[in-house]
Amino acid sequence: MTIPRDFDAVVIGGGLHGCSAAYHMAHAGLKPVVLEKNVVARHASSASAGGVRRLGRDPAEIPLAMASIELWHSMRDMLGDDAEFRATGQVRVAENDQDMAKLAERAASVRALGYDHEVVLDRKQLRRLVPAVSEHCVGGLYTARDGYAFPYKATAAFRLKAEALGAVVEEGTGVTGVEREAGRFVVATNRGAFRAPVLVNAAGAWGAEIARMLGDEVPLEPVALMMMVSARMPHFLDPTVGCAGRPLSFKQMRSGTVVIGGGYRGRVAADGELTELEFRRLALSARTAADIFPIMRDATLVRCWAGIEGFTPDDLPIIGPSKAAPGALHSFGFCGHGFQLGPIVGSITAQLVTQGRTNLPIEAFRVDRFAGQAAV
Amino acid sequence: MSAINSGEIDLAVVGAGPAGLAAATTAAELGLAVSVFDENATPGGQIYRGIEAVAAKRGADFAVLGDAYRAGESIVRDFRASKAAYAPNTGVWLVQKDRQLGIVRDGKAGMVAARRVLIATGAQERPVPIPGWTLPGVMLAGAAQGLLKSAGMVPAGPVVLAGNGPLLYQLAAQLVAAGVKIAALLETRSERAAALPHLPAALMAGNYLAKGLGLIAAVKRAGVPIRRGVTELRALGCERLEAVEVAAGGRTERIDAALLCLHQGVVANVQLSLAIPLKHEWSAAQRCWRPVVDQWGNSDVEGIAVAGDCAGIGGAEAAAHAGRIAAFEAARALGRIDAAARDTHAASDLAAWRRHLRARPFLDALYPPAQGLVVPADDVPVCRCEEVTAGQVRDAVRQGGTGPNQVKSFTRSGMGPCQGRMCALTVSEVIADALGKPVAEIGTYRIRPPIKPLTVGELAALE
Amino acid sequence: MFRRLHEPEAAVTITVDGAPLVAGAGETVAAALLASGNPVCRQSPASGQPRAPFCMMGACFDCLVEIDGVPNRQSCLVEVRPGMAVRRQARPTPVGP
Ligand SMILES: Cc1cc2nc3c(=O)[nH]c(=O)nc-3n(C[C@H](O)[C@H](O)[C@H](O)COP(=O)(O)OP(=O)(O)OC[C@H]3O[C@@H](n4cnc5c(N)ncnc54)[C@H](O)[C@@H]3O)c2cc1C
Ligand SMILES: Cc1cc2nc3c(=O)[nH]c(=O)nc-3n(C[C@H](O)[C@H](O)[C@H](O)COP(=O)(O)OP(=O)(O)OC[C@H]3O[C@@H](n4cnc5c(N)ncnc54)[C@H](O)[C@@H]3O)c2cc1C
Ligand code: FES
Repeated sequence: MTIPRDFDAVVIGGGLHGCSAAYHMAHAGLKPVVLEKNVVARHASSASAGGVRRLGRDPAEIPLAMASIELWHSMRDMLGDDAEFRATGQVRVAENDQDMAKLAERAASVRALGYDHEVVLDRKQLRRLVPAVSEHCVGGLYTARDGYAFPYKATAAFRLKAEALGAVVEEGTGVTGVEREAGRFVVATNRGAFRAPVLVNAAGAWGAEIARMLGDEVPLEPVALMMMVSARMPHFLDPTVGCAGRPLSFKQMRSGTVVIGGGYRGRVAADGELTELEFRRLALSARTAADIFPIMRDATLVRCWAGIEGFTPDDLPIIGPSKAAPGALHSFGFCGHGFQLGPIVGSITAQLVTQGRTNLPIEAFRVDRFAGQAAV
Repeated sequence: MSAINSGEIDLAVVGAGPAGLAAATTAAELGLAVSVFDENATPGGQIYRGIEAVAAKRGADFAVLGDAYRAGESIVRDFRASKAAYAPNTGVWLVQKDRQLGIVRDGKAGMVAARRVLIATGAQERPVPIPGWTLPGVMLAGAAQGLLKSAGMVPAGPVVLAGNGPLLYQLAAQLVAAGVKIAALLETRSERAAALPHLPAALMAGNYLAKGLGLIAAVKRAGVPIRRGVTELRALGCERLEAVEVAAGGRTERIDAALLCLHQGVVANVQLSLAIPLKHEWSAAQRCWRPVVDQWGNSDVEGIAVAGDCAGIGGAEAAAHAGRIAAFEAARALGRIDAAARDTHAASDLAAWRRHLRARPFLDALYPPAQGLVVPADDVPVCRCEEVTAGQVRDAVRQGGTGPNQVKSFTRSGMGPCQGRMCALTVSEVIADALGKPVAEIGTYRIRPPIKPLTVGELAALE
Repeated sequence: MFRRLHEPEAAVTITVDGAPLVAGAGETVAAALLASGNPVCRQSPASGQPRAPFCMMGACFDCLVEIDGVPNRQSCLVEVRPGMAVRRQARPTPVGP
């Protein structure tokens, strides 16, 4: 047996969350190692739609999203790379009066919590921001400083900066087991063991497997979320657009291509690593896109894909200390909306490691909140 | 002959080249309900492109196109006479492991189910990345040949042929026969010595060598200027090709040209088989990917088989045999004949198929692509759609992009409409070269359906 | 860039950017453009450089044109039909920084 390699922290998972945690820890002077079974950003963090969205977040996520947006706006200073973040705003479109009423109610409830980032748009204001929207749309909800970034590049930017600060990234290194030994975690992989007093579980859709190795049980379902992208189109849209009544995430990228998603599910293949597309369901996604943006009807699709993300029963991620294994921290299961949160959750994790506390509320994301519920 | 079988489809064949046509004809004879889908308007595939029109209306062109082309007449005639259904102008954009096919025709997308699927999507030409290869006036040699076959068209101005491989000489001979004056034939330099050990096997395999030597002799007889040992090629021009710059033996010259036809051999067209995905392997001899299949064409996915050049380059005759072999296996798998009957039926095709494949190691080794074209210099665009250069690929590798999918995310290479058909091989080769690893370890882009263009409206109306 | 060895048996008239173009029955739109004197199909969306058919077998996607109002059709795979309206594709307006 080879001697374990020692680090200040072992991060399991080289997605956005693992790389962000590694960056923030390295920035705080620690030497973390990121263990990634495939390659960095192989899964959700490159398949992602890349929406940097506070709009419509669960109240529990709002404080984190508000803090994270500031990091997105200062990303170039922080990492030397802005991952092509564009603050074009996010709009949620209402197709009828009922949906409009729901959006107004939502805006009021967010204001009641003391936030004013979600603003109601009437028919005319909607068209000023989104001239290409279909005639039938009646209004919307808008957040100005939101936008989108390039998911792969965001993850790579955290990774490269972390490495520059002394972090080590080991690709092709899958974690097979975790043991405790004299206050340290000994993490077994196909490429030898790694040892550290701190362990960060950022294993995405596989996070429950790592949690189980630590003694924490979490019901987590791996889900394949489908996306499609068009050939480059003439510029017709700036903000990222969602829809109040139907699943949709819709944006025109800087290249001119249009990326369409919204949460329609494909299938995770038997090996757990690949995905299969469900075209009859993607057809619904295409219908929504063409209904809301008539210009899309003749747009050519160049690619469809799906990415694997972990979903919890309450649609909220697992963030914070392990219950069963002191010294271990979780950051996984982002339920299809963890991209925007990537910068801040890594910082929360680093704070927990270096100070034992965080100034953001993470109670709602406790690992043991499903105790008693059967695992899936 | 109907467009698509109205009832259940026993065997769906993708591609109406010699492999697909022979498979369909044979399977229909064995009583299978067969449907053939092909995106072209007429049957024949690459080699027999336009053959029905030539036979019916342009008989004189047979003299130009040669005997190998004429051989396609009977294959297409037998297919037309068979009970197989034929859907031309129909792109197959999806094949699922459960054997559902996504098809698109005339702006309508649909799904059809089949009990077995035969992928017979043929070959494509190997990309030839040189400076200026995106200029109008630069084409692949097979493109010019296709125009001759399907439309009776020949180059109108000064034409230069460059690269290597049998198809280049075949095109030269055909153009000469059609009375076209060729400004120059530029043969790229490559290591030939490796071919010699394979020569005896090739001599036994058929008349490949005699055919090849005959073509070269005809081109020389016609007085076509031939430059050997070409080390550098550059297409010059602003809005379109004006000249070709060529370096050979330490000398550089400029040849005025309106058309430059490039060729570096053909490679398996694996777009569809990768999208399923079937299991693939790297063929070091042919420097391309190919699906892993057994002698019957069976892939690693139950009920999906592969035949013809898309399973590895074997040529038109081998493709037809492989198609028939796959048809006998389909009949067995569907319970129409037993294994013993399949073996009896297929024996002569199997023997002939093996004989044709014996010539390949020699041909592969005789015409390897030139190293400078496989791993181009930094300033050469490798991805035509997104205009990504080899240098940008190398930059991405330096930033931690150690595989084609990460390089794609860094640079957008392979993200354009061709979905990587024109850059996948080059990108993998450049990464492998930069990291000093074998291409087999580097892999290739993950290909995702739809592999043929589909509009949002067509998908929205999917039935 | 190309010429026909024989006069086409039957002529088909299409329009290219509004101007009539006579092609041969059974020819693809790409072939017709290549014989027309101006083979350009589109401007590259990435840089705006002109592009013309390259592979003539459905692989390169440089022959994309608008046909009867639908953009991005592979003109090397579509046969001419009388009255067909073909448009060369300009580079899409860039989204900007
Ligand atoms: C299609 C899609 C669209 C999305 N759109 C948006 C959006 O618009 N806005 C938004 O905010 N969010 C969006 N999301 C969600 C967001 O992308 C994810 O929440 C985020 O990327 C998750 O990052 P992660 O690091 O937790 O997971 P991942 O990126 O999946 O990383 C986890 C990594 O852990 C590795 N791993 C797992 N097990 C092991 C092991 N045993 N050993 C070693 N390594 C292991 C995996 O290989 C993987 O690379 C989307 C997600 C998808 C799939
Ligand atoms: C451009 C070119 C020219 C060639 N010319 C010659 C030649 O002159 N002489 C020679 O000996 N060899 C030639 N070859 C080699 C050729 O590959 C073989 O000789 C022979 O054509 C292989 O037969 P096949 O049946 O395997 O495939 P092909 O003949 O290539 O037939 C495959 C068919 O599948 C169709 N297809 C592919 N994908 C799809 C899809 N997704 N949906 C619908 N249809 C699809 C194609 O359009 C094509 O019609 C050429 C190859 C190329 C690429
Ligand atoms: S010319 Fe290459 S796809 Fe049409």
